[in-house]
Amino acid sequence: MALIKSLKSRNSDLAEPAEQLKLLNGDIFREGKLPTFREKLMEINAFPLKPAAIKIFQMNIGYMCNQTCKHCHVDAGPDRKEIMSRETMQRCIDIISEHKFDTVDITGGAPEMNPDFRWFVSELRKTEVREIIVRCNLTIILANAKYNDLPEFFKANRIRVVSSLPFYNADRTDRQRGEGVFAKSVEALKLLNAVGYGLPDSGLILDLVYNPGGAFLPAEQSGLERDFKKELKDHFGIQFNMLLCLNNLPVSRFLEYLVESDNFDEYMDLLVRSFNPGAVQGVMCRDTISVDYDGFIYDCDFNQMLKMKVDRNASQHINDFDIKKLTERNIVINQHCFGCTAGAGSSCQGATT
Amino acid sequence: MEKSYYNPEDLKKFGNIAEFDAELAAKFFDYYGEVFKEGALTAREKSLIALAVAHAVQCPYCIDAYTQDTIAKGCSEEQMMEAVHVTAAIRGGASLVHGVQMMNKAKKLVM
Repeated sequence: MALIKSLKSRNSDLAEPAEQLKLLNGDIFREGKLPTFREKLMEINAFPLKPAAIKIFQMNIGYMCNQTCKHCHVDAGPDRKEIMSRETMQRCIDIISEHKFDTVDITGGAPEMNPDFRWFVSELRKTEVREIIVRCNLTIILANAKYNDLPEFFKANRIRVVSSLPFYNADRTDRQRGEGVFAKSVEALKLLNAVGYGLPDSGLILDLVYNPGGAFLPAEQSGLERDFKKELKDHFGIQFNMLLCLNNLPVSRFLEYLVESDNFDEYMDLLVRSFNPGAVQGVMCRDTISVDYDGFIYDCDFNQMLKMKVDRNASQHINDFDIKKLTERNIVINQHCFGCTAGAGSSCQGATT
Repeated sequence: MEKSYYNPEDLKKFGNIAEFDAELAAKFFDYYGEVFKEGALTAREKSLIALAVAHAVQCPYCIDAYTQDTIAKGCSEEQMMEAVHVTAAIRGGASLVHGVQMMNKAKKLVM
């Protein structure tokens, strides 16, 4: 299995958001073969796309990761040094305390690799926020002895753990996430189960994230969840709460995969053909904002990676945080947004319909 | 006229059969949707059956569609190939079992 490196470390053209956007606005959209996302929204009178209420404050606290997954939209990896400072975290805590969001969703990279991660989570727990999500890639728990007690730390802070596991066997998982990742993920899941995560009535939520290992859309979430639960229980004795199905968005390394495997045009066509008007109201940018390591604000984590900040009339940085302007903003869209409205719809919380 | 009988783009136009007969097309697609819903068989099991049948009827559109569908429903390459072998076994068996007919006739004819 070839070792995957970040686009940035390979000096790939696609490391640049402008290059990605050029592709996303290429011939198939320019020549009218496919409608743009804006045109599709206009067809159903949903343009400009507006937020409902902001309930989820999502923070990407660093692009550093112990893994280099083939599909990663963050282009995360061990070589990425972008990381959120304690000062920026403190500013976020102040905002969260003031505005009482339902959920704080902490992501990365591997967020646990930020040296201030534990301080941040402990401080966050002192606020009134109802739910704290940590997007844990599982293998980080075994990556170094200093991370081995993460399950206890998560439990002590009543964290909802959301972890990617693209499949319930080694072959499909390792092809996407790197050799040996499945075995380590199973080990980590057992450690989480051992402290009560994913067990009935424990109150400790462990959700898994499925995203397709290729250029196709996921099948129906409940059917896949049933299969995942059965297979993981039968073969490894592992339990979890929900399976969240995500579509792969044509951004960063997944975009590179699409281009290199000659699947780009077909995949964009699939996303556009699978446009589900019923999924538009549930897109995550309507109830989520995404903050990057430097404190800039985006409509979602994908826009963050494309460096498409929120509309300039809204507050673009946490230092100017203005909930009213953010709630009234026009959401910034592009062709990658078809990924969130295809099929059953897709968000960081799984299918949206 | 197209230069080839089969064009991959035509798969996306399957729904266009309604253009010449909307009523029957609607009935067919409603039925089709119902057939593939979860029932006594799971949607995943039905997809594997469809993949096997697609090979039996050698429909390139169906093979394209149900390769995608079985993968999306979490079937492994091994399971998909086993389904195709079921097709081959039944098709091969269907030929070979007629060998009995041949033998019956031969035995009757030959002294």
